[in-house]
Amino acid sequence: MSLINVTIIDREGVEHKIEAPTDINMNIMELCKANDLPVEGTCGGMAMCASCHCYVESNHDIFNRSDAEEDMLDQAFFVEANSRLGCQIKLADELEGLVLRLAPQ
Amino acid sequence: MKPIETDIIIVGAGPCGLFTVFEAGLLKLRCHLIDYLPQAGGQLTEIYPKKPIYDIPGFPEILAGDLVENLMKQIEPFKPGFTLGERCETISKTEDGKFKVVTNKGTEHIAPVVAIAGGLGCFEPRKPPIANLSDFEDKGVEYIIKDPEFYRDKKVVVAGGGDSALDWSIFLTNVASEVSLIHRRTEFRGAPDSVEKVMELASNKKINLITNSEVVGLSGNGHLKGVEIKHQTDGIISKEADHFVPLFGLSPKLGPIADWGLNINKNSIEVNTFDYSTNIEGIYAIGDINTYPGKLKLILCGFHEATLMCQSAFKRIYPDKNFVLKYTTVNGIQGF
Repeated sequence: MSLINVTIIDREGVEHKIEAPTDINMNIMELCKANDLPVEGTCGGMAMCASCHCYVESNHDIFNRSDAEEDMLDQAFFVEANSRLGCQIKLADELEGLVLRLAPQ
Repeated sequence: MKPIETDIIIVGAGPCGLFTVFEAGLLKLRCHLIDYLPQAGGQLTEIYPKKPIYDIPGFPEILAGDLVENLMKQIEPFKPGFTLGERCETISKTEDGKFKVVTNKGTEHIAPVVAIAGGLGCFEPRKPPIANLSDFEDKGVEYIIKDPEFYRDKKVVVAGGGDSALDWSIFLTNVASEVSLIHRRTEFRGAPDSVEKVMELASNKKINLITNSEVVGLSGNGHLKGVEIKHQTDGIISKEADHFVPLFGLSPKLGPIADWGLNINKNSIEVNTFDYSTNIEGIYAIGDINTYPGKLKLILCGFHEATLMCQSAFKRIYPDKNFVLKYTTVNGIQGF
């Protein structure tokens, strides 16, 4: 199994360091749910609810948002330049060291 | 108005609630569905009607909207009743031990069994995080446009980038004295025709199109008088407004069900997997809204839960009758 280190900062500011698998087709929303972090993932990962809205805090250049993701962010609040939907970030080896902060609900 | 009487009140007209009508119908139990959305189908019709689903047994691929259409056809012989566009508010016991469920519009429903198939809860408008927003609700802030005439000769600020924001902005130019459309980006995701029309109206000064912006403040004394708009580079713009209509789609909230005395764990209702009964005898919870060890939020699991739940509901309604499972291949469907 291939693992990378991901840090998720929750809405209380607590850092959660997680070893995340890159070989089981998992995304950030699912990673948060699997680790009991307060992410609803209401739509199941279709970029249709924004409940997994988060900010990229590390220097990873992962802002290639799809139209569907941009569209959903239009309906979300507290959107910043580094906003992403966690369900649209697929865990991959090049994301080693990724730091994300959960957006307010 | 006389209360609606039935055998099973189903709270939520999503796929799981709809299939309950079929399984109940095989047991000669009648059902009435209540949903806050104006149409049946739950999130399948509201959120993703055009998305294919691949894990419905027997369907290698089916569009969510088509699955709902098929379910409606499947339950048609059992003549279910519908109360749509109304939210279940309260539940109480009648003198003869039945349940009375009353909606926000006062419609009363009475039945010996209640099945909560509420999915993720009621779909409510997404409200932008503006500190004093609630102070102006129904005093200049509306999340749904019910009657465009309401806006005649008024200054209206619409916010959002989707079809409803575009379509209403276009429509309101014929009614309101001034229409402003505020959007986070310069691109719009709505139907290309609507986007083109908005751009045309903006260039003709019929719509004040303010992009790269969001509404961050409201002002007024008892009724809305103005909005503060934050532009990404130009800072704060103040604008006179009689009405502010934020159109950011819908998101689900558990809603009044949370106060029904049920055991709730992380926004889900705890059930016994024997028959998906809750801690209140006669109230069941099926589909995405329930939780138990090993729970999977899948439509196919909801169908299974609905089927077992109906057997238990039958025994509750007819404690002296012994029921023998009948196969539809042998007996066909006998509707009402």
